[in-house]
Amino acid sequence: MLRTTSLFLVLMAVWLLLSGHYTVLITSFGVASCLFSALIAYRMDVIDRESHPLHLWPRVIVYWGWLLVEIYKANIDVAKCVLFPKKYLRPSLFETKASQKTDLGKVIYANSITLTPGTVTVDLDGDVILVHALTKGGADGIKTGDMDQRVTRLMEES
Amino acid sequence: MVYAITAIAILVSIAMALGRAILGPTSYDRILSVNAIGTKTVLLIGVIGFLTGRPDFLDLALVYALMNFIGTLAVLKYFKFGTLRGGLSRSSDKSS
Amino acid sequence: MMEIGLDIATWILLMAGGLLLLITGFGLLRLPDLYTRIHAGGMADTLATFLIFVGLALQSGFSLVTVKLLLVIVFVFFTSPTSSYALAQASFVAGLKPKLGEDDAPQEEPGATERE
Repeated sequence: MLRTTSLFLVLMAVWLLLSGHYTVLITSFGVASCLFSALIAYRMDVIDRESHPLHLWPRVIVYWGWLLVEIYKANIDVAKCVLFPKKYLRPSLFETKASQKTDLGKVIYANSITLTPGTVTVDLDGDVILVHALTKGGADGIKTGDMDQRVTRLMEES
Repeated sequence: MVYAITAIAILVSIAMALGRAILGPTSYDRILSVNAIGTKTVLLIGVIGFLTGRPDFLDLALVYALMNFIGTLAVLKYFKFGTLRGGLSRSSDKSS
Repeated sequence: MMEIGLDIATWILLMAGGLLLLITGFGLLRLPDLYTRIHAGGMADTLATFLIFVGLALQSGFSLVTVKLLLVIVFVFFTSPTSSYALAQASFVAGLKPKLGEDDAPQEEPGATERE
């Protein structure tokens, strides 16, 4: 029930921010449609820990901030690699282990790897992730397991 | 002024991606460049909205980002399975 | 004073974003095989989008337009890894082998790969 309420609040916030029309009639239509959507989602039983991960909420902000800095660094790396390929281009394909227990954690980890340019998740099977890296630095960054540790810490206490 | 320069940079970049779409040896290269062109179009819509002083264009950018994502996934799924029926995951691989 | 500072910040952010986009396009043409080109495409999806839309958000003041710009950033950040993963996985399943190793410096010129 808590998750349904929060889904309704999120839908309502998005509706209010995107609409820009605040007459009584239009706003009541918006409230009605958001309620209807939340009700359908509740009856379909699609709101659970995976689809609406409320328990991650305060910690995920810190993780996003850290990820943004990583994305910045990785972009500089890839830009250098494009401009001077002879010096930096060392493509490699290697396997790494994901230490998260839940599927949601693994997906967050794999998507974080893909989101930082220079490393792309090619395959995710069980807890083995196949990664394609563009430069040696990017490959070493994944192999140290720093990002893996952070995602595990993000997921664990919940 | 700055908007015009950025828009020109985005257009040149789109032209380069289009070059990859024409050259690309495999069809996956072409899908990649279609996806890149879509992302750059989202940026272009945003910048042109500010260039002409009508930021309402951002709604179009939002919808275009959605369509780009869905379109890429649909084309890839069609390439991988030969049909649009069924799921994308590996477990549905056996049934198809 | 405030206005001038914001304008300068917008100039810097938009120019950096445009430069990054040009590098992306260059990388799409120059890098040797599909998997390396995915990395170049990912550069446009992440930092270039972030820089350009934050630069625009500085100009719009506090309004619904700012919120829409941030929503577009969040949306692109959530969807772009999914589509690049789907692309890499589909081409890997289809049997495309990535070029690996030390010394495959890209030799191809645009126009040299006519394999229609």
